[in-house]
Amino acid sequence: MKTDFFAGLKTAAFMAAFLLAAAPAAKSQTDCLACHGDKGLQDASGHSVSVDGETFGASIHGILKCADCHTAIKEYPHPEQITPVKCETCHADQAAGLAGSVHSLKAEHPCTSCHGDAHAIFPKSDARSAVYPLNVPRTCGNCHSNDALAKKHGLPNVYPLYIDSIHGFALSKEGLLVAANCQSCHGSHHILSHTDPQSPTYKANIPNTCGNCHAGITADYLGGVHGKAVTKGDLKAPVCSDCHTAHAILQPTAAAFRMQSTPICGSCHKEKLSTYRDTFHSQLGALGGYVETARCWDCHGAHGILPASDPRSPVNKANLITTCGKCHAGANASFVQYQPHANAHNRKLNPALYFVRLFMNLLLAGTLTFFVIHTILWLIRSRYDQVKKRSAEGGKNA
Amino acid sequence: MPDLKPETAANKEQSHAGGRFFMRFTRAQRYLHAALFTSFLGLAATGLPLRFSESIWARGLAKAVGGFGAILFFHKFCALVLTAAFLIHVKDLLTRVLVHREKGIFWGATSMVGNWKDVKDLFGHLRWFVGLGPKPQFERYAYWEKFDYWAVFWGMVVIGFSGYAMWFAPFFAHFLPGWALNAVLVIHSEEGLLAILFIFSIHFVNTHLRPDSFPMDLVIFTGVESEEEFKHKRPLEYERLKAAGKLEARLGEAPGIWQINFSKVVGFTAIAIGLILLALTLSAYFRS
Repeated sequence: MKTDFFAGLKTAAFMAAFLLAAAPAAKSQTDCLACHGDKGLQDASGHSVSVDGETFGASIHGILKCADCHTAIKEYPHPEQITPVKCETCHADQAAGLAGSVHSLKAEHPCTSCHGDAHAIFPKSDARSAVYPLNVPRTCGNCHSNDALAKKHGLPNVYPLYIDSIHGFALSKEGLLVAANCQSCHGSHHILSHTDPQSPTYKANIPNTCGNCHAGITADYLGGVHGKAVTKGDLKAPVCSDCHTAHAILQPTAAAFRMQSTPICGSCHKEKLSTYRDTFHSQLGALGGYVETARCWDCHGAHGILPASDPRSPVNKANLITTCGKCHAGANASFVQYQPHANAHNRKLNPALYFVRLFMNLLLAGTLTFFVIHTILWLIRSRYDQVKKRSAEGGKNA
Repeated sequence: MPDLKPETAANKEQSHAGGRFFMRFTRAQRYLHAALFTSFLGLAATGLPLRFSESIWARGLAKAVGGFGAILFFHKFCALVLTAAFLIHVKDLLTRVLVHREKGIFWGATSMVGNWKDVKDLFGHLRWFVGLGPKPQFERYAYWEKFDYWAVFWGMVVIGFSGYAMWFAPFFAHFLPGWALNAVLVIHSEEGLLAILFIFSIHFVNTHLRPDSFPMDLVIFTGVESEEEFKHKRPLEYERLKAAGKLEARLGEAPGIWQINFSKVVGFTAIAIGLILLALTLSAYFRS
């Protein structure tokens, strides 16, 4: 989509230049710059109407004549009030896209709000362009880093989330042109709300959107239970952004992501989370700073998750020794009978564990109940005797 | 009850000034108890955050000692110390039985093994609590002291075994069924919790905080107790030794003031740590 836009822009510019150059009435840039080249030139209301001829000449529109855009000006001197420039005269497709998008309100989103100074527009492959890949987040961030604005529109304040994400780091620290920037996922002119089924950020479309770059992972995902469910139209199943988040995406091996991943799976798999919480894996893992213990995806895989009955699943009986063996050197057939999701409260599923727990609880409750009563009675009686003895001796504890 | 403290302290000071002192615990036994309670406090402090890993203080504690890897390291270290103490005790018992042929270990007045008198003492004691009978006369080890001993003995075997089974799970899996690997965590954590709750409430009160010993029974630190205390707490043993003419053989030296102060510092620190852990445990237990 982005290549389409600029290819179109260029073609339109060349076509316009070609046609209009033939028109005899057109003034040359030099004529206009005679006045407007003056850096201090202002209109009646005090706005600068100065144009840097050199920058404009180098810009993507530099071959155009001033009147190609400022069509209301036919002669000199021209009226004080002139009609605004209509970009859509040439850029009809972009204008149409914008009109149907979340940014359709023209007064709030003129073309220049993203493309910058009208006389200094550069192709997006030029580092000076406001829509050069490495500049896009800052350009969008002009508005989307504003808390008040985000609140007004019911949006998250995304710029800070993005810029600290793995994509944001790749872009801002490494300067990777291939790192996802805002428009890689949202598009540019025809940006739609994520609730619109046409939007690339609509839940069902997210795997394909991410798959534009992460093709291998997406193929994996689509072969797994979650991918299959989403393809079938079950939108309760998670897509990429449910686990990785949309903007604050972390390196998945990072401690912070390992710590936050388990509750995400658990938000749907509640019973599995609760039984996992009872295990050493969770107890050790819950305490921060110790991230090595098994999280959901260490055993189940992350993208192409398969049911345990599938022989390709890492939690299929035949594969358990390998899967557990990733951490537990020396794992054997008996070792892997350990149940990472055993439920000590379920007599039918885990009878032995159920009775062990019951016995231990009764032992604990019985011992403590007996001795607490024993000790309290003893305390009362000893104190009573002590006071009695001292009062007999004339002590002050009487 | 706070008015008891200066009174008791004053009483003790008096008896320290004069009077005779008798040996109750050997130096080796006192060192063993020291190894036992320091490693136990360490195990409790590093085990509780695991048991209640969802609570706020667990994370704080884990962070304070350098993350969870550190807590697990300390837990295992203390476990090794306690295991060593346990093995030394067992070796000592075996030596006394097999080499020295000490029969008193398994039966008789000085044995740790329960007998019919202990059952009678328990019911007699309960009757005395509610004013239905006279106070029973105790021998060298009273029934609740024997219970403490066997509870710790059983606890160390059960907690130790289940702990090592988790530590070396693939090895233990050679001879344990699969479900046992699930069970060992339940056993370890429940038995550990029982030990913590028992020691930090029942043992502390029965041995140290009850009016007869308040605020602390120093005999496990100094090894000796005053004649008055001996006669009051264990009249049967006192009379038996006196009748056999062996009382003088048990005479010990009065503890030095530094010994008493050192014992108090160590003892109160242990009790304070224990009570803090008890409070944390109870708060987490009733919140979860």
